[in-house]
Amino acid sequence: MDIVVCVKQVPDTNEVKIDPEEGTLIREGVPSIINPEDKNGIEEALKLKEEFGGTVTVLSMGPPQAEKALKEALAMGADEAILLSDKAFAGSDTLATSYILSCAIEQLDDFDMIFCGRQAIDGDTAQVGSQIAENLGIPQVTYVEDVKVEDNTVEVKRRLEDGYSVLETSLPVLLTVLGEVNEPRYPSIKGIVDAHSGETEVKKWGANKLGDVDQSKFGLSGSPTQVHDTFVPTHEKKAEILSGTPEEKAHKLIDKLKEEKVVSK
Amino acid sequence: MLKIDKETCTGCGICVDECPYDALRLKDNVAVVDMDKCTLCGVCVDVCPVDAIEIEAASSHGKMNLDEYEGVWVLAEQRENKLLDVSAELVSEARKLADKLDEDVSAVLVGEDVKDEAEELIAYGADHVYVIEDEELKDYRTESYAHVISELIEHYKPEIVLLGATHNGRDLGPRLSTRLQTGLTADCTQLDIDDEEGILLQTRPAFGGNLMATIICSNHRPQMSTVRPGVMEKAEPDYDRVGDVTEVQADLGEETESEVKRKIVEISSHLHDADIFTKIKDIVKEASASVNLEDADIIVSGGRGVGSPEGFAVIEELAEVLGGEVGASRAVVDEGWIDQEHQVGQTGKNVQPRLYIACGISGAIQHRAGMETSDYIIAINTDEEADIFNICDYGIVGDLHEIVPLLTEGFSQE
Repeated sequence: MDIVVCVKQVPDTNEVKIDPEEGTLIREGVPSIINPEDKNGIEEALKLKEEFGGTVTVLSMGPPQAEKALKEALAMGADEAILLSDKAFAGSDTLATSYILSCAIEQLDDFDMIFCGRQAIDGDTAQVGSQIAENLGIPQVTYVEDVKVEDNTVEVKRRLEDGYSVLETSLPVLLTVLGEVNEPRYPSIKGIVDAHSGETEVKKWGANKLGDVDQSKFGLSGSPTQVHDTFVPTHEKKAEILSGTPEEKAHKLIDKLKEEKVVSK
Repeated sequence: MLKIDKETCTGCGICVDECPYDALRLKDNVAVVDMDKCTLCGVCVDVCPVDAIEIEAASSHGKMNLDEYEGVWVLAEQRENKLLDVSAELVSEARKLADKLDEDVSAVLVGEDVKDEAEELIAYGADHVYVIEDEELKDYRTESYAHVISELIEHYKPEIVLLGATHNGRDLGPRLSTRLQTGLTADCTQLDIDDEEGILLQTRPAFGGNLMATIICSNHRPQMSTVRPGVMEKAEPDYDRVGDVTEVQADLGEETESEVKRKIVEISSHLHDADIFTKIKDIVKEASASVNLEDADIIVSGGRGVGSPEGFAVIEELAEVLGGEVGASRAVVDEGWIDQEHQVGQTGKNVQPRLYIACGISGAIQHRAGMETSDYIIAINTDEEADIFNICDYGIVGDLHEIVPLLTEGFSQE
């Protein structure tokens, strides 16, 4: 079972604070992490490797700093980690990103499965996984919360808004997983030592490693979408803090809501 | 791609002689190309005396003829043959966009027995409804839906395509946009048409909703967006509106005998069994899925301040007295105190109730992104510095376990 996992390094948005005066994001000092659901993807791949043998290759596109995320993946037990980093990749939207990742996957030996997290916490688009599957012409299942592999088929449980479905697909397949699918392991001490002593190394690939492909589909030129404008949302809220004893506060609130006809009771 | 028009080609053989890569030959008296050898150098295009050869730009980055694309489309979604609310919301929004462009609204309805829902789509503002029915299309599957819908889009060339940001919409959208080699903007909260250029302005939250970004897709068509359920306002349905219904024959490999009312457009949809990789073994509805945060008028939400799974009892009681639903922050869902379907926020549900009561929620941007547009926001938190107080109408600094029961009591006394 040879498995590819695509991961993204993201700022830990739970740690992001807002500048109360400017209303802007304070990004300094915010730690970078492996996108949480991508980590579930790594865990699922490692579990399948333990059961069926094979290899786990972790792939990430990003700036040179993203090497840290890949080192963590190696420390968790991945066999190989490849960082796709090149100026030519800059400015990629999801279409260009998925193309670059797909080109890299085609440079690898045959694979049986690809795992991605459902979505990244810094963008929440949930697009790149499906786009890779389309580029490679393989089936996909998104919102996966359980995976069972038997012979040459995979049975997955796919979360729906009002329940779930059970799907069966052939290999190779791309799955995007939810946090519910497993509990990611911590890197082992040996894994951490190996990843940082150079025993296991993150490979770095630039655009020239991707073979004879259409480079105009990389980066900005390969991105149909552009950011036209950004703005800070404004909210005109009263922000009135009610004072008094707990009883007084509760009654003031009930009165206010009735006065302003928010509640009818 | 090198394209040779068989009708126009006279079989003169000039291109065969001139091709520097030996990629052309004559077969049945017309020129044929071996794409493995062809480098798209263009020599044959130049030498052809009857202009039978052209280079078709790869749609990925080549110039699309943008003027060919017209109309605003909604990919409607059904479950068990019933239209989802988000589809009515999207058609209502599409109507506004199409009116600005002076174009038509079309909706696409895919399923097994879904024709009857076309009327609903027309009532909300669709001018045309394309219905594709087949037993193979009864339930959503990536391959079969992507296949028939992409064929339809390629055939009719809409300018804008909107999908609901449901699990299925978010599964299908990226697959389609990649096949069509165009842009897709996820989870838009606002759509508009640029007055000057007539392009779609797609606004979505970025960085957990602290920043809004307006995304455009200038040089590729269709311009595609997904929109979360509950974000766009549903229009008043007008059941006297007139629209036309076109039944599209989806050739899914087998003969289908679908009843044809008006017009049949046959598109070359040959979906063979081999193209469908996925088999649906089971679809299970869960009883607990009765939480309907998107449509709720009143939501009482709990965060870390609730303290424990049992702590949600006070939240539930207030919600019940007010006739509302129970929401939650990501933190408590991650803790496993309450089911994920209660989660409000950027990775949860986007809600816009009349009244949102946030109890023990600090107001992390990821939560705010999902509830900030509520009409009235009440915040109850022990930490007077909590961000949630900046966006509330009324705030109470205090322990929710003390305040919330007082509210429940106060409201139930009336």
